[in-house]
Amino acid sequence: MAEHLLEVRGLSVEFHTAAGTVNAVQDVSWHLDRGETLAILGESGSGKSVSASAIMNLIDMPPGRITAGAILFNGRDMLAMDAEERRAINGAKIAMIFQDPLAHLNPVYAVGWQICEMMTTHGTPGAEARRRALDLLERVGIPQPEAAMRKYPFQFSGGQRQRLMIAMALACKPDILIADEPTTALDVTVQAQVLELLKALQQETGMGLLLITHDLGVVAEIADRVVVMNGGSIVETGKAAAVYRNPQHPYTRKLIDAAPGKGAMPEGRERRGEPLVKAVGLHKHYGLFHALKGIDLAIMPGETVAVVGESGSGKSTLARAMLRLDDPDGGEILYRGRDLLAMTPRELFGLRRDLQMVFQDPTQSLNPRMTVFQLISEAWVIHPDILPKARWREKVAELLVKVGLKPDMAGRYPHQFSGGQRQRIAIARALAMEPKLIVCDEAVSALDVSIQAQVIALLDGLRREFGLSYLFIAHDLPVVRDFADRVIVMKAGEIVEEGPVRQIFDAPQHPYTRALLAASLDPDPDIQAARRAARNLEEGRVTA
Amino acid sequence: MTDTQTLSGRKPGGALARWFSMLWADKFAFFAALFLLLALLCALFGPLLLEAVATKQNLRGRNAPPFDLARGWIYILGADALGRPLLARIVVAAQNTMLVAGAAVLASSLVGGTLGLVAGYSRRSASQWIMRLGDVIMSFPSLLLAVIVLYMLEPSVANIVLVLAVTRIPIYLRTTRAEVLEVRERMFVQAATVMGASHRRIVFRHILPVILPTLVTIATLDFAFVMLAESSLSFLGIGIQAPEITWGLMVSQGRPYLTNAWWLSFWPGLAIILTTLSLNLLSNWMRIALDPTQRWRLEMGGRRNG
Repeated sequence: MAEHLLEVRGLSVEFHTAAGTVNAVQDVSWHLDRGETLAILGESGSGKSVSASAIMNLIDMPPGRITAGAILFNGRDMLAMDAEERRAINGAKIAMIFQDPLAHLNPVYAVGWQICEMMTTHGTPGAEARRRALDLLERVGIPQPEAAMRKYPFQFSGGQRQRLMIAMALACKPDILIADEPTTALDVTVQAQVLELLKALQQETGMGLLLITHDLGVVAEIADRVVVMNGGSIVETGKAAAVYRNPQHPYTRKLIDAAPGKGAMPEGRERRGEPLVKAVGLHKHYGLFHALKGIDLAIMPGETVAVVGESGSGKSTLARAMLRLDDPDGGEILYRGRDLLAMTPRELFGLRRDLQMVFQDPTQSLNPRMTVFQLISEAWVIHPDILPKARWREKVAELLVKVGLKPDMAGRYPHQFSGGQRQRIAIARALAMEPKLIVCDEAVSALDVSIQAQVIALLDGLRREFGLSYLFIAHDLPVVRDFADRVIVMKAGEIVEEGPVRQIFDAPQHPYTRALLAASLDPDPDIQAARRAARNLEEGRVTA
Repeated sequence: MTDTQTLSGRKPGGALARWFSMLWADKFAFFAALFLLLALLCALFGPLLLEAVATKQNLRGRNAPPFDLARGWIYILGADALGRPLLARIVVAAQNTMLVAGAAVLASSLVGGTLGLVAGYSRRSASQWIMRLGDVIMSFPSLLLAVIVLYMLEPSVANIVLVLAVTRIPIYLRTTRAEVLEVRERMFVQAATVMGASHRRIVFRHILPVILPTLVTIATLDFAFVMLAESSLSFLGIGIQAPEITWGLMVSQGRPYLTNAWWLSFWPGLAIILTTLSLNLLSNWMRIALDPTQRWRLEMGGRRNG
């Protein structure tokens, strides 16, 4: 039998926690060959990162403990090696890149120095390390490598930082590159570029690429084979296309069904009568930075307006301006014909009820020291006229049921819930105000796909039941496709395109909208391959 | 959807029993609480019961060594330079010590904390004024301030408390402000703003509970500092004066005899150390017990993980 480059055999890892022993992964086996891309696909808590951590010796022991299994690198069991041997392999033979490059680059050293350090610790002489660092920076597409060597991490954009991490990982010409959610924190257009770079580098060097991700689109774009994990075990493994076409395990099927952007698009409804909220010529400056450059927008009662844009486009600034969390510098916001910006604090207080917000990260938007009951009933403490105190318990229970939680959870604290459940609590809190408009600022971006789908379905159901309007901020086009009536595409503080959802997706006018659509990853490997071919063709035409 | 299990299987017996079992789970904190209770009882009833014994001079028993039961149990810790039993004096001194240190710490943390909240939360010039005030106090030598104030006013307990409190205000002021600046930007504070919560509600319901554990920890550390600062004032002749006694004063009174009668300074010093240590252990326990995300460590019972 041919030897695999890297093989994990029957790996089991357990963690000792408050709730007793937790089996993080159980009897996990997979292998990776030279020149191959293996994706480990799973949602949060599935244990997808644990085997990679075990390879890199990153599991804290205790509380973690490897109870069974072997990790064979070139046929030798890494778990039986001593610390010295493993250090020689880590970084040099097996390198790793992480989700958040800013957290993994040291902010006080120039990036050139950091890349060189990687090589000098593994015994490369200084001058040669420097030469190679320059080569690498050029290879990963950093402009002006000579100058970039002396810059600090904060001087680069998110995509460039990920490129720097890749350069650093490749410094010692590793046999294996482990990429843990390498593009999750990046914009879609940047994500496509980084994945392309990884693929090209792999073809050049023939290294094995192990990709850990929650995103079916990433798998479709880059992976040869895929391992699907759920609850610490492997549920399915096979060729990426085969798994997508013909999923065997119910969990895989559920995951593929939950991928956004496949359902029927809602018919654009007629826009007649008075808009609920209307913004006219909004401007906002942060120092010299012009964040909003004259934004106009209108939301009808019962309508969902999605604002899509990449980071820095001003979409969150817009959301905050609409709720007067940050006052805009110019323009006006009319709520039912009254100017929000000209209101006194007292008048605004009355309106707070009607305009609510659901934030991106429920872990941070819920006060960790308050119980669910306190969190939801706070609305009525602030606005006592909504509900008499005697009915609070009953109403909290009712709201919890409405968002798909159990009434007896009211006594718990936020940390005792999963991410999706927390976002439901945040939604219940917004509903307690009986609002007319809810601004969702990336409200589903931090959630797993299957939970994303549930939360969107919940929001959609609530809209029908209560006639709510939504201003839905997202960086991802597929998410808004099934849900929004109208889509606004923003770039650099301006609206580049606006229209009913069908028009935006079927007949995008602006090149930027088209670029966004092209860059977003489809979970279908075949569609993705076709798109890639089209992209290459276009590039070929440009260069020719 | 995985569901983290509930850990607080609410037992019958109410809140008091729950707190007691959490205290029992941390043995160090439990004994710290016992010691502090003892110290508190000494402070309350000590002078009442032992005042006469503590001030009675006995020149034949000058610097009597400890662990000698020949003169009776009250001399178990030895006697001071005037032959007064140390045990009785420590018990009696607990009252003044606790009064001065407690009042000073309470006053400075209240004033400093409140000013810090205002300075951190308001974006207006008030914050600048408060911070500069803090800088002025910090750059002024505290002992010099004490000398001036106590020279002009009577060196009474109230004035000593005043001086000690004023010099410690910047510590709380700066810490509180720094924490408020950070907590103010957290999502849940913004979520409260969106709901229309008043400034008072945001400050007291959302910001204060987050920073309170830090303040309590600083206050307990400061307790020891204030006890020692008070003794240095006594040493300069402007603090509490004999025949009144405090632990700090006892330490400085024993200083000339350190070479031949160590117990004069040792026992009151030990009392100071044990009190501070207990306060620290208890505040550490309180930080965990008050935090819903950490509380499981205590509710699980003795064995700790992670």
